[in-house]
Amino acid sequence: MTSSHRRRLSPITQRRLQVFRGNRRAFWSLWVFGLLFIVSLGAELIANDKPIVMQYDGHWYVPLLVDYPETEFDGFLPTAADYRDPFVYQQIAENGWMLWPPVLFSYQTLDREVHGPVPSPPGSRHWLGTDDQGRDVFARVLYGFRLSVAFALALTIGSIFLGVVIGGVQGYFGGKIDLIGQRLIEIWSGLPVLFLLIILASLVEPNIWWLLGIMLLFSWLGLVDIVRAEFLRARNLEYVRAARAMGLPSHLIMRRHVLPNAMVATLTFIPFLFTGAITTLTALDFLGFGLPPGSPSLGELVAQGKNNLQAPWLGVTAFITLSVMLSLLVFIGEGLRDAFDPRHILTANQVKRPLTPGSHTPPQSPPQESLP
Amino acid sequence: MSDKRLFELRHLTVRFGSHVAVDALDLHVDRGETVAVVGESGSGKSVSALGALGLLPKGTDIEGERRFDDRDLGEFSPRQWNALRGGRIGFIFQEPMTSLNPLHNVGKQLGETLRLHQGLRGEVAKRRIKELLAQVKLPRVDELMAAWPHQLSGGQRQRVMIAMAIANDPQLLIADEPTTALDVTVQQEILALLDDLRDRHGMGLLLISHDLNLVRRHADRVVVMRHGECVETGTTKAVFETPAAAYTRQLIDAVPSGRPARLTGDPTPLLVANRLSVAFPRPKPFLRARPPAFVAVEPLSLQLRQGETLGVVGESGSGKTTLASALIRLLPASGEIHFAGQRLDSLSGDALRRQRRGFQIVFQDPYGSLSPRMPVADIISEGLRFHHPELDQSTVAERIAEALQDVDLPADCGHRYPHEFSGGQRQRVAIARALILKPRLLVLDEPTSALDRTVQKQLIELLRNVQAKHGLSYLFISHDLAVVRAMAHRILVLKDGKVIEEGECQALLESPQSAYTRALIDASSLT
Repeated sequence: MTSSHRRRLSPITQRRLQVFRGNRRAFWSLWVFGLLFIVSLGAELIANDKPIVMQYDGHWYVPLLVDYPETEFDGFLPTAADYRDPFVYQQIAENGWMLWPPVLFSYQTLDREVHGPVPSPPGSRHWLGTDDQGRDVFARVLYGFRLSVAFALALTIGSIFLGVVIGGVQGYFGGKIDLIGQRLIEIWSGLPVLFLLIILASLVEPNIWWLLGIMLLFSWLGLVDIVRAEFLRARNLEYVRAARAMGLPSHLIMRRHVLPNAMVATLTFIPFLFTGAITTLTALDFLGFGLPPGSPSLGELVAQGKNNLQAPWLGVTAFITLSVMLSLLVFIGEGLRDAFDPRHILTANQVKRPLTPGSHTPPQSPPQESLP
Repeated sequence: MSDKRLFELRHLTVRFGSHVAVDALDLHVDRGETVAVVGESGSGKSVSALGALGLLPKGTDIEGERRFDDRDLGEFSPRQWNALRGGRIGFIFQEPMTSLNPLHNVGKQLGETLRLHQGLRGEVAKRRIKELLAQVKLPRVDELMAAWPHQLSGGQRQRVMIAMAIANDPQLLIADEPTTALDVTVQQEILALLDDLRDRHGMGLLLISHDLNLVRRHADRVVVMRHGECVETGTTKAVFETPAAAYTRQLIDAVPSGRPARLTGDPTPLLVANRLSVAFPRPKPFLRARPPAFVAVEPLSLQLRQGETLGVVGESGSGKTTLASALIRLLPASGEIHFAGQRLDSLSGDALRRQRRGFQIVFQDPYGSLSPRMPVADIISEGLRFHHPELDQSTVAERIAEALQDVDLPADCGHRYPHEFSGGQRQRVAIARALILKPRLLVLDEPTSALDRTVQKQLIELLRNVQAKHGLSYLFISHDLAVVRAMAHRILVLKDGKVIEEGECQALLESPQSAYTRALIDASSLT
């Protein structure tokens, strides 16, 4: 297996990439979503209640990464410094400088200096206003978006792993394994997920790992059927039989010959698993059975919007954030599905045609005449 | 002369985008005449017929004059087309499995054509359906009316298709490879039926086929096509006896020739099977006893020497492939298998996998047997890398080059993917994959059936050379006795899982003992 074999993309992959690129909506959705996620990964650099770097008495400090006690800046308390405290702020301003992120609040910073009652409307201090506890909505949306996507990503990867392994084993070996496995899965999928979560919420303090674990127990079920069907079909293909005749062990045959077939169906399923994970997490937070109080969560924002109808910026922000995020994912999903559909015909504008003398070329825009 | 002319194409050109599938084809069919269009796969035979009748997908460029019964087809409206197709022109497709709707019974499918084109209903239609089924020589017509497509054999389905095609007394019948998917013994019957119908109704018959034997027996005139162009045309006799074009000559000569090399040396058998049988259990119905298992291969014994080729012949469903799969332990079977002095049937797991190096298999379908996602070098070397993990990369590359050279493929094609190769080349890749492990036995399961005759001939020569070079034993499965004769030392004739006959190749073919063998020999029209 020399590297030169691997360097070229297989023609099937090339065609799929071409179809995906040809679907402009999906292509741009992927870019926008990717950009948003990358930006949200650096949320601490954008919205934080600590300076990124600072200098005090000629020494460098990085409060973003290290917690310094207040005494470091000639304060009184040995606890972590609150850089928004007027005394500390003044101390540092006199003896050095601080570089603040563009938004001066983290997702759980309570702004005590806000004028008027909370929730306070959008303004120059709080771009999207504050919620009913005086926390900055923009910071909460930013952190909440990141948390939702990270949660969905972890859940999707976990589901794919479980679904492919279980579905693959059932489909490849068939017979009794398949029969018993399918019955067990039918029973398992009969369990009510939501009630289980609600019961759990009253037993333990649910954190993100608990939620992930519980949802992972059920989210792979949808994938099993698809993967199993693909494996059932592929195990009788001639090249799989040829591999068996060659004496390859089952796990190698599954990985090298059968799995690539099943991955197509799996990949098509990913965006829908993803959106499903985000909506479930939001719904649980909305109902109050989700993440612990104080976590940046979009569902909690929706609940706040519902409880504070006099503050429409809460509900509107939550609505726009969720609908943009989910729409982008659905567009990407559509594009992926088309790209993996062998019957999808490349339309004329999706094919990069080589320019031949007879072929149609787009009219060139006339050169602009420079004005005298 | 002109009143006899039924169907005429002048300068028919069919283009898919920039690809010219048919280039300026001239063709005509008279009443009561069979015209055959022959050529290898991809020569544009089917496309020309489909294009002439407007059955190609939208966006296909069709140029040239098309006339049917002195009317210009180019000016037809969609409604006129529908009346013409299925009415005055009947069509028979290659694949009888998929061209009948599985959700309608035979009577209903035939009734539909009659209702649409002739407005026949009720008792009248029923009588006509029975008449048609009798015309295509189907037995028990009354029962057949209510039969579902899956209950019929391939030959019976093709007869039903023919009955549908002639239901409206067409003047022209177009048969696109009507017998390719059928057993050799059934092929003759279907063509005899078509001849008979043509004579009785005075139809014109346009026969599209790649099988020259068939064409020679049944056609009056022949059009030879290659790469979308007409190479030669003329009466069957003239074309076959004095072909003008070199390509036609090549097609006619492309019958598997030569005989296997004489056996020498070691008489100890390499592969021995004693009372080997394969049975598939049937599902157990609820609350009733399990029905007896389906016996695919009845207990049989065979031996194969080093360097020898054993041909296994029989119709489809006779258990040839099952026998081969059982011999190399791809299917569970009962009975003893000895390979190179070792009991194969008692091995399992890792021990069996290590033994698999010694015997390899090449499948029929060159398109399905190579993983489409792997470059050829990876496909070929996969077994080698697994069985000999100690080999370094340069040794593996050397062995790949060696295997490619054995099968006459260029050494630099390793990085290409299977779809970049033709059917014959893919089959060579499959053989290279088997050879790289240096096996002693190669099971060839219809290795040439999916290939054109000219390619078939080359592949047979290649297999003989490889056998001579490496002293391989072959278990050669085929339904085509012409191919088997060119390959096998001994022949085993199977029918319904039972051995009908066994013996030296030449002797068996010259004086077959059973009617079944004789029918197989007749069907292959050995010369």
